[in-house]
Amino acid sequence: MLDQVKPSALVDIRNVCRSFPKGSGEQLLVLDKVDLTIHSGEIVGLLGRSGSGKSTLLRIIAGLMAPSSGSATCRGETIIGPPNGVAMVFQSFALFPWLTVLQNVELGLEALGIDAAERRKRALAAIDLIGLDGFESAFPKELSGGMRQRVGFARALVVHPDLLLMDEPFSALDVLTAETLRTDLIDLWIEGRLPIKSILMVTHNIEEAVLMCDRILVFSSNPGRVATEIKVDLKHPRNRLDPYFRQLVDNIYARMTQRAEPRAASIEGIPGTGVGMVLHHVSSNVLSGLIETLAAPPYNGHADLPVLASQLQFEADEIIHLGDSLQLLRFAQLSEGDLMLTDAGKHFANIETDARKKLFAEHLVTYVPVMGLIRRVLDERPSHTAPATRFRNELEDYMSEENADDTIKTIVSWARYGELFAYDEQSETFSLENPG
Amino acid sequence: MRLQDFRSAAIGPALRPNVWDIAALILVVGAMVLIVYGGEQTTAPLSDLERAPVSLDPSHLPLYALRTTMRMLLAIVCSTIFTFIYAAVAAKSRRAEMVMIPLLDILQSVPILGFLTFTVVFFMNLFPGQVMGAELASVFAIFTSQAWNMTFSMYQSMRNVPKDLEEATQSFHLSGWQRFWRLDVPFAMPGLIWNAMMSMSGGWFFVVASEAITVGNTTVTLPGVGSYVAMAIQQQNLGAIFYAILAMLFVIIAYDQLLFRPIVAWADKFRFEQTASGEAPTSWMLDLFRRTRALRALTLPFAAVNRMVSNLRISLPKLSPAGSNKGSRPSRLVDALWVAVILGGAAYAAWLTYRYLSASLDLSDVFVAIRDGMITLLRVIVLISIATLIWVPIGVWIGLRPKLAERVQPLAQFLAAFPANLAFPVFVFIIVHYGLSANIWLSPLMILGTQWYILFNVIAGASAFPTDLREAAGSFHLGGWRWWFKVILPGIFPYYITGAITASGGSWNASIVAEVASWGETHLQATGLGAYIATATEAGDFPWVVLGIATMCIMVTLFNRLLWRPLYAFGERRLRLG
Repeated sequence: MLDQVKPSALVDIRNVCRSFPKGSGEQLLVLDKVDLTIHSGEIVGLLGRSGSGKSTLLRIIAGLMAPSSGSATCRGETIIGPPNGVAMVFQSFALFPWLTVLQNVELGLEALGIDAAERRKRALAAIDLIGLDGFESAFPKELSGGMRQRVGFARALVVHPDLLLMDEPFSALDVLTAETLRTDLIDLWIEGRLPIKSILMVTHNIEEAVLMCDRILVFSSNPGRVATEIKVDLKHPRNRLDPYFRQLVDNIYARMTQRAEPRAASIEGIPGTGVGMVLHHVSSNVLSGLIETLAAPPYNGHADLPVLASQLQFEADEIIHLGDSLQLLRFAQLSEGDLMLTDAGKHFANIETDARKKLFAEHLVTYVPVMGLIRRVLDERPSHTAPATRFRNELEDYMSEENADDTIKTIVSWARYGELFAYDEQSETFSLENPG
Repeated sequence: MRLQDFRSAAIGPALRPNVWDIAALILVVGAMVLIVYGGEQTTAPLSDLERAPVSLDPSHLPLYALRTTMRMLLAIVCSTIFTFIYAAVAAKSRRAEMVMIPLLDILQSVPILGFLTFTVVFFMNLFPGQVMGAELASVFAIFTSQAWNMTFSMYQSMRNVPKDLEEATQSFHLSGWQRFWRLDVPFAMPGLIWNAMMSMSGGWFFVVASEAITVGNTTVTLPGVGSYVAMAIQQQNLGAIFYAILAMLFVIIAYDQLLFRPIVAWADKFRFEQTASGEAPTSWMLDLFRRTRALRALTLPFAAVNRMVSNLRISLPKLSPAGSNKGSRPSRLVDALWVAVILGGAAYAAWLTYRYLSASLDLSDVFVAIRDGMITLLRVIVLISIATLIWVPIGVWIGLRPKLAERVQPLAQFLAAFPANLAFPVFVFIIVHYGLSANIWLSPLMILGTQWYILFNVIAGASAFPTDLREAAGSFHLGGWRWWFKVILPGIFPYYITGAITASGGSWNASIVAEVASWGETHLQATGLGAYIATATEAGDFPWVVLGIATMCIMVTLFNRLLWRPLYAFGERRLRLG
């Protein structure tokens, strides 16, 4: 703990960019000129929506991925491959199902070539610390999710890393289990019993970030950038009901939805947001349900996102994502952490299914450029059919193959609901014929 | 119950032997003695074989069975080692993969006996005058019937290793060697074992051909069950055939109970699933070993060696698969060079082959081979269709009755291992007695062993069919044809295709044995590519053998690509449940 006197940088990230090849062969930028320094003795959170590049940044620090440009150093040395003194906890636990709890925990030590007796001693100590006593000989599939993630923690802690990386470690767990694990971890941290110096965690849960972190970096999407940095100077253990805590959460919600506005306003005109807009799939059922909920009391067309999220049991990024889709279709407006129904949205809530489908279709053609494009092409062609690849190629000029897949899936599902055009999965063609 | 009490009373020093130890010890010592004895026989000079030819006296059968068993075992060990190396290189190196995987695909379609023709001379020359050479040729023939599908399975597994586990091994600094033993091999284990069992059945099917080898002037008869059968056929000895069936039955059951069951039960922990589900397979043999204290102690050194070996800090060249973490694109120039080298090599090989074949063959030979191939193709199609019509309804019926399915599954697997030669007497007798056409009535021999793959895959599909869907069909009063075509047939389709692919591949292979049948002095021959290859092999006419095998290779590969692959893809995409 002595070296905490002068803040030394454990990890230093300067001007890091990372891009991936797009479907069309060009590069897609997911991380744009990111700076980050991690000192001893702090918990840093990377908060952002899916696709904001926060997991990419974590993997760059873990040495699992190299930056396209910029410098990434760990204790002054450039990161090439996983650096020593950094251990990782995975969202999916990443336990080896054929190894027992003890063997899983010993794995990292074996790789370091530590002899058997010492290995056993340290593994048992880590298992003891993390509250897994008695489970040493169990196989992962015999354990509950919470216990499995404890194994994940023990496996990472046993190598005594300086920096513990956590990739959404609680998001695969149910609410109660996740909370228990968070508080257990924080308790060990403030008691100084964890054999680590710092923690870097990725999360999309705003409350989790405020509960655990000393510093939160909020990421914006497309490309991923650090939008803002927020210091949390609340003392541990933190109380979720503390007014200051609530205010911080509200602030972050506001910041995260703020980014959506200029993008929505610039749909027409600015290249890259027209036909090339990434559409993430949201079921039309969920959209209708959300519009109905918003229209009904107590919201009456205007809701505070954190309140809505906790009532509907959505994660922050999920509710923002839904709000985004409604905003794109002009059924609602998203700003400063609030979601408000537009007139069209209020009308939608009050009409019957067939009328809803018609209204939905009108909004699709008017406000989603790619929908309008497909409909126009189908109208113009004498056969009234067009292969999906024609549009996929166009999409891949702007986005990765994965996003293009997602976008096509969304197009198909929304078009089917609005009865705008049909899609045959076998031949992968769009057509105007409507099987009813 | 009494044994249970005995056990709990024996809580003393952990290594004190218990009653299970005695039983297990006998098994181990017995196995060692047999292996040593079997091994000694292989170093004998070749002339011994001629002095003491295979005898039909049933008292010799146990030893013959042992020899055959040893060959099988050796072949499966070789297959496993080959699999580890070949699959690992193909999965880790993109450039090697470009060549190795298509090569494997072709090797898989080469008829098993085709390999024998070419390798027997090579192996005999390797150990001149010793039984060893012939033994190795035989083992190699069995190896070729086992290795390819095991390698494919391992390769597929290695390419599909879960990404998070891969990242975990990197993040915790496991070396390439450690990663292979800690991640790749365990993850591939269940598929590998299943394929090894399949391979074993394949090996038995060709046991006669791989032990009683006749290539041109070279005739070798290695002592074993296969040669025993060959001799019995030659001497029209029905009693000996019966004894051979008994011996084989015994050996196959022993293999299943003493080797595969324990391995399957043990390997259950490698199944990649995060929740405990279904019933774990059991094995009395494994239980025996787990209960015996002294024997368990005996395995401790092995476990320690295994741990030590897998932890060796051997640094393998970093061959990272496509999409490596350096973000650098693979060099186009090196790729182009690599492709050029491969194409050059292929062109040279094609030229060599052409020169060799054109010296003795002309175009009419090629037409004959293709015509015979078409006839065999027709047979395969008709037989698979007939087998489908018979076994699909029966398989569905059995599969929907879990208790029955449990009993029939091993039986079907077992029937798949029986060599066609054992059925020769019946077929030859009937055909000669009723004056039937060999062209039609020898055909069923081709599918004798392979039809069971359809049956047990259909059974597996029907047992896996979700109960709620059956109940839904019942509550909507779906019955008769509608039930078959709308409910159960789509439901078992992916399974059926898997079975049919195996059956069709196996039938092509079996045609070499099945299109020529003999019983004593009576020889029956059907027209077909299998008979073509078999005749050419016996006469030692290598150019014709090469032509026949090449034709079969091409036809099997085309058949797979044009028919089975698309059907398989369709089944996986549209009809896979769950």
